[in-house]
Parts: sequence; structure tokens; C-alpha cells
Amino acid sequence: MSNTATALKMSPEVSVPHNASPMKIVVVGHVDHGKSTLVGRILNETDALPEGKVEYLKEVCDKRGMPFEWAFVMDALQAERDQGITIDTAQIRFRTEARPYVIIDAPGHKEFLKNMVSGAASAEAAVLVIDAHEGVQEQSRRHGYLLHLLGLRQIAVAVNKMDLVDFSETRFEEVKAEIVAYLNSIGVEPTYVIPVAARSGANIAANAAETPWYKGPSVLGALDRFEPAKPATDLALRFPVQDVYKFDERRIIAGRIESGRLKVGDTLVFSPSGKMAKIATIETWGNSLASVSAGAGQSVGITLDEQIFVERGNVASLEHHVPHQSHDLKARVFWLGRGPLKVGSRYKLKLATAEHVVEVTKIERVIDVEDLANHQGTEVARNAVAEVVFRGKSPIAHDSFVDNPRLGRFVLVEGYDIVGGGVIAETPTDEARNRSTHVTEVPHKVDAETRSIANGHRGGVVWLTGLSGAGKSTIAMEAERQLFLKGWQVTVLDGDNVRTGLCGDLGFSDADRAENIRRVGEVAHLFAEAGMVVVTSFISPFRTDREKVRAINPDAFHEVHVATSLDECERRDPKGLYKKARAGEISYFTGVSSAYEAPALPELALVTEGKSVDESVADLLRYIENSFSLSAREQANGWGL
Amino acid sequence: MNDLDALESQSIYILREAFNRLDKIAMLWSIGKDSNVMLWLARKAFFGHVPFPVLHVDTKHKIPEMIEFRDRVAKEWNLPLIVGENTEALAAGMGPHNGRVECCTALKTEGLKALLASHGFTGVIAGIRRDEEGTRAKERVFSPRNQSAEWDFKDQPPEFWDQFKTDFAPGTHLRIHPLLAWSELDVWRYIERENIPMVDLYFAKNGRRYRSLGCAPCTGSVASTASTVAEIIEELETTKISERSGRAQDKESEDAFERLRAGGYM
Ligand SMILES: Nc1nc2c(ncn2[C@@H]2O[C@H](COP(=O)(O)OP(=O)(O)OP(=O)(O)O)[C@@H](O)[C@H]2O)c(=O)[nH]1
Ligand SMILES: [Mg+2]
Repeated sequence: MSNTATALKMSPEVSVPHNASPMKIVVVGHVDHGKSTLVGRILNETDALPEGKVEYLKEVCDKRGMPFEWAFVMDALQAERDQGITIDTAQIRFRTEARPYVIIDAPGHKEFLKNMVSGAASAEAAVLVIDAHEGVQEQSRRHGYLLHLLGLRQIAVAVNKMDLVDFSETRFEEVKAEIVAYLNSIGVEPTYVIPVAARSGANIAANAAETPWYKGPSVLGALDRFEPAKPATDLALRFPVQDVYKFDERRIIAGRIESGRLKVGDTLVFSPSGKMAKIATIETWGNSLASVSAGAGQSVGITLDEQIFVERGNVASLEHHVPHQSHDLKARVFWLGRGPLKVGSRYKLKLATAEHVVEVTKIERVIDVEDLANHQGTEVARNAVAEVVFRGKSPIAHDSFVDNPRLGRFVLVEGYDIVGGGVIAETPTDEARNRSTHVTEVPHKVDAETRSIANGHRGGVVWLTGLSGAGKSTIAMEAERQLFLKGWQVTVLDGDNVRTGLCGDLGFSDADRAENIRRVGEVAHLFAEAGMVVVTSFISPFRTDREKVRAINPDAFHEVHVATSLDECERRDPKGLYKKARAGEISYFTGVSSAYEAPALPELALVTEGKSVDESVADLLRYIENSFSLSAREQANGWGL
Repeated sequence: MNDLDALESQSIYILREAFNRLDKIAMLWSIGKDSNVMLWLARKAFFGHVPFPVLHVDTKHKIPEMIEFRDRVAKEWNLPLIVGENTEALAAGMGPHNGRVECCTALKTEGLKALLASHGFTGVIAGIRRDEEGTRAKERVFSPRNQSAEWDFKDQPPEFWDQFKTDFAPGTHLRIHPLLAWSELDVWRYIERENIPMVDLYFAKNGRRYRSLGCAPCTGSVASTASTVAEIIEELETTKISERSGRAQDKESEDAFERLRAGGYM
């Protein structure tokens, strides 16, 4: 212990203000680089350890027949002490003369990245520990990258175990150059890079004699120079509804104000419904003073002047400052699941108090955190980072992470487990779907539930696909007629009919066919959103085109394969097209000179061979009625509204 | 917002999450300072109501003043109190003479498990704090327990951005820890600010007081002259004696407390 003599010792007389929240600091870095040792040492240097703790740990180490380990202060689990490795994040308080702290010791082993994130996500600033001898390693970079992704901008670097390199300034500068270059490349400028020897305490609380060439602050000095986080009260109001209580005559809307402020008399807009009401009261209990306003961080309960329908997951904001609302989210995701994240997979996305079912529609790039190279892929492996586009079943109220972190981040749940987190980049500008950036969907004031109750059925897309001559149009038109007679809101979009107007500018090249299907898909979903059942009748031969249409709103999309065989279609040949195609008069004819990719898992397959048109229509109608009718309960209580 | 406001708001948020997300929850009430504070926070969170049962696992070894306090406050606050005990172990004469860890396991852990099973609770709110001891420093706010109520501390779920684990397999349950971020000093400062009633044993008489309340045979008092909340706060601002120094069951061996907790102890 080279420099305990110069170490700063807190005397009990020093009065630190007691009513400031502690600053949260996380200590990260590669496995075994000395994070826990540094934390144990900081606690010792700031006199934060209870009496007898060090003596007790000395005994523990003696019994184990090993030299004293400062890491044991934090590594309290037997398995951690046996293996000399941190398994899970631990948090502990200490204070310097400047302020109180919570220090979070994160594990460095790759296996425990989920625990590192659990610790780091709540921190305001970080210390990245790097072994001077080993230099910058894989997890040094990954942790650095994740800190940045989590929104941390204040990072100090401790180059540890300087004793192993004889406190060499040259070696320090080498390691420093390497980590600073990496951090700079992700947009982080470390506040300080400090040479330390955690085990002996060099440069922890005071500048050490061994590094006369180092002129910067000690580790504690660097901590004290971090800026406290800016309060979220300056941002726009975001008040996610956590619950609605009716314990007595009051109907209290409870939640935590994530950002901004609210006061009695403010008009709140609730996303996604767009319903509005004024705050009548802010409720309190006990000896708390009745208040007329509240701000970010406060858990409150309010009552409204009007009894509008509000439920958990809604977000209240102020008029003209509402969050974005869209089905699509593009986000940077860190994946913690055991199996990979895949295109087409569905997850539960939890954003503030809302839960949405989302499907992965695209993995734009997988980022190699080692060299920051981008890779293409259809999967994201455990502990990897990627840019992913999600499509929600219902519109998702959100902000971009840079505008408002509280509503710009989410976690993904698969089965019973949280398997990843994401920060929202923007509303996607996927070239296939949307060239217009900065488009915010305006919420409808008539919602899907209201429409379906009025219509007696839900809206949706029944997408018939199959070869030319399979019977799609015949079946579609007859189904439309019969549903209409039953009072359903129904229409048909048919291939030849749209080709004259909506898609009049398109030919039959692969690109034009894809665009044709895209347009029809968008239009069909608009009809579906308006509450109608839309039956479409297009050959739509390519699986990827149909999957894109499904992705617009997976829950409203029903793929029906009119599975008439090629032989049978060619035998029927109602328009004489197969004959022409075989004669080479039509190029790119599906089934003859162009592929038909049958659906692998359609919602319904209609086998028409050996059946009359009426029988096939009856099969389809049965499916439609089962899938789109409201249950008696839904009808009776109006979806519980 | 000062630090106590921030802690209070966070704890209320956690309590409301537990109440909203879980079917059947209950709050453990050990009658100690932390669980009294927790009960107070619940009444704040739910505007004067405690909308779930309050459980007390009686070991029959508690200090008599604690039971008196429990019954008085339960009546005054109109609490939905459920008292449980491990009748079998008590009938067999279980006590610390059988070994402290064994006694805690039988009377507290097993007593609690029986209570949870008989009522089908899927969530139990417990007032543990990170600063109490090493394994609690590693706890999650929503902490899963398996079918046998065991804690798999080597593989805890990720927990960040206040998105808690609220999905779990049938037969397993969650422990919810609203006070995890509080320190002993925070608790007393909050007691002072809110004027929360406390059992007298915490206040010094004849130069001794209790800092942590457990069962009579295993909880010792500490030397102290702090006889008011303000004096306790003053004492804690300077003391270097650890809070659980009076708790005998923690000290049986290096891993005594870890084994207790892994088995389902609070
Ligand atoms: N020589 C030397 N050894 C050190 C120093 N600091 C830590 N160590 C040793 O490095 C080993 C690993 O230290 P830990 O503190 O457990 O490392 P960690 O970064 O917390 O490891 P994980 O949490 O498992 O990622 C221990 O044996 C320490 O004693 C130092 O300054 N010099
Ligand atoms: Mg460690």
C-alpha cells in the first residue's frame, strides 16, 4: 500500500449535504482487469467500509490460503471468490467531500454481459478499467460501445496494474492512445485517462509517487469532476399511465412523470387514442402537501375533468408536443437472448408502461463492436449489436432516444425473459416503404375497436395467392357478394382492375411486379384500417413481396393459398394465356417461364380441384367469419371499454 | 426533488408495478423499521389503501414488544394482516439450539413458503436493502424464485431502465424489493420526515438499543445513547459499525447468509 499516507481520508466532521441524490457511477472493462479491486479500494480510501470489514476479509483470504483480495469487498458470492471473478453487478454507496455516490461494480466476463448492462444502464458516468499489461481487450471495447449506446457520455479511463509495467509512461501512453482512438471513433471523448495500481492504491485517492509524470487527477478526483445529469424536467411532458385506481369515489390515473412537468388545469393528450382532458387534481395522501404541479421523476396520481377512457400504456403529453406514433420502429438493439434475434420473429416490446407485439421486419446491419464494421445478416447473435426495424401490431407512441431517452428506449421479451434492449433511432425510412422522413402518423380519433363494434366484425386483409386460372377472382367476387348480403363491410382488389389505375404505370418486370404488390398491399391495409374486410386477388408469385405486405400489419393479414395445381390451371386456361405462354408469345408467365413460390404456411389453403366454386367459397367464408367476427362478449361489453 | 423524494417516488413506482403486473401479491411485514417504511410507502402509492395482504411470519421467538406493536398498528391502519407460522417445526421444538441457520430456514423460510403456497401468492414484497450485506447488494428489484422458492443468484435476469421481470413460469414466484436502493440512514431520515411509528426497541434505554430487529435469541442490542429518531440519525452519520452486527445468524460461517438466501430466505 504505497500511498495510503497521502490518501484522502474523510473525517466525520466534513458535512456533505444530505439531501442530494447520489451520483451513480459504473465500473466496467474486460474480465480480470481489476474493476472490483478498484471499487474495493475506493471504498477503503473513502472510509466507507464498516469497522472490521478489512480484517474479516483478511481472515477469509487466509483461510483460503491466498493473498489479500480487495475484490472480495464486492465479490461477496462464494462462487465469485472461488473463481476470482465477478458474476453479478453489485451496488454500494460511498461519499467524497464533493458528493455522495453509488458505485456499481460490473462483471467483465462475456458470459455476464446481461449483468453488466443491468448495472450500467442506470449510471450517469463510468470508469472503464484497462489492464496496462494486457492492454485493450474485446470487452474493453464492447463495454465502451454499450456505454455509449446506453446514452452515457462521461467516461473516465483507469489504466490499471501499472505496477506490472513498472509504472512506465511509454506503456501508459500506448494503452491510452489505443483506447482513446476507439472511444473517439464512437463519439466519446474520455474525461481523463488515469494510470493506477488499484491493488496498492496508487492514484486512487491522491496522486502517487510512482507516477511523477502524470499530472491529471486521481480516480476520486475524476469522479468529482463528472457533471451531474441534467434533470428531465426540461424536456417535453411524458406521463405514461401505469394504472388507474378506483379504491374510492376518485378515479386516479397513476404513473411516474418521465419527463417535463404537469400542473392542475393542463390539457393532456393521451397517445395513442388522441383523447384529451384537463387535469382536475393532483392527488396526495398523508402529510404530503396538496400540490398543483409536479415534475420529472415524481410518481403521482391525477384526476381528470372528463371521464375519458384511459388505460395502462397510454402516454399523456401536452398538445403540440405529443410523441411520435407509428407502427414501425428503427432501433439500435443489444441482444442478450440465448438464441439469436431473427427476421420474422415476434417479441413483446415494453416501452415505458406500454407493451406491444412486434415483428422483426429487417436487420439493417449487424455492427462488429471490435472494428465497427457493418455486416449484413438475418440474425443477431447473443451479445451482439444491430440496427433492426420492428413492426408493431398497433401504433407505438415513442420518441427518438436523442430527443427523449425515457420514451426512446425499450426492452424485448421472449417467453418469460427479457432478451434485449433497444434505443430508437427514428421512424424508419426503409426505402421500400417510406422515402419521406420526419413523417409522424396522426392518430385517428375513431379507433379500430370502435369501428369493429359498429361493423360487427374486425377489418383485415384476405390475401388470395395462386397461379393464373386457379380461381382467385371467381372465389373473391362471390365471397364479396355473400358477405355484402350479410351486411359486412367488404371489397375486392383484383389484379386486372388495379392495373388500369393505381398501377397503370407499371409493367411486368420483377421490379414492377414487386411495386405492384407493394401498392396493393398498402391500399389493402388502409381499407382494413378503415374497418373493412378486403379480399385481394393477385397471383403475387414471390414470397418476399407477400411477406412485406404481411409485415405492414401482421395481425390483420391472412394469406390464403388458392392451391390449384399447374396442370389443372393449364387444363382450365380460361383466358387462353397458358397456350400463348407455351407458344412463347408471353414472356415471364408465372408457372411457365417465371417461378411461383407457394406460401409455406398460409393461414388457409383452398383445394379447388374436385370442388365446385360454391364449395370453395363456403370454405373461405367459414374462415373469414371465424377470424373476423366479434365474440359475443366483445360485442356485449364493447371490448371492455 | 431531494434524495428522499427520489427514493420515495422510485419505491412507489415499484409497488405500483407489482400491483399492476402480478395476480396475487402480498407484503412481508417483519415489524422492523424497513417494513414499516415499506407499509407507509404502500399507503402513499395507493392513496391510503393497502390493496394486498400483509404477511407476518411468526417464529414465536420474536421480542414481545414487536408483536404488541404489530397488533396495535394493524388495527389502527386497518391492515389486511395474515399471520403464519411453521406449526410443525415449532411443535418439534425448533429453536436456535438446533443451529441458527437451521432455525432461520425452518421458521422463517419454510414458514414463508407454506404461507405463500397456501394462498397461491405469485409475488411477495420484501423490504431488503442493498447496503445490508453482500448478497443483497447483488439483488434485483423483481427477483425470481423457482418452484422451491430458491434464488438462482448465479443467473439473474437482466433488469434495466425500470423494465422489470414480470413474466414467469407457473409455480415460480417473484420477490419484489422496493427498498433495495435505500440505505439505513435514508430509512431513518424518512422515518423522521414522515413521522412513521416505530417499535420502542430501536430507541436507547440504559445505554443500549437495537439497530436491526429479528428474533430474540439471535438479535443483540448495540451500545448507544440514541433515544430519539434525530439522535439515531446523528449516530448513523458517524458510525462505522455495520447494521447487522447484532445478527448472529449471519456469522456462522463465510457463506452462512448466502446459503440462507439461496434457499429462499428474504
Ligand atoms: N498487479 C496488480 N494486480 C491487480 C491490480 N488490481 C487488481 N489486480 C489483480 O487482478 C485480479 C483481478 O482483479 P478483479 O478486481 O477481480 O478484476 P475484475 O475486473 O473485477 O474482474 P471481473 O469482475 O471478473 O471482470 C486480482 O487477482 C487482483 O488482485 C493491480 O493494480 N496490480
Ligand atoms: Mg469484478
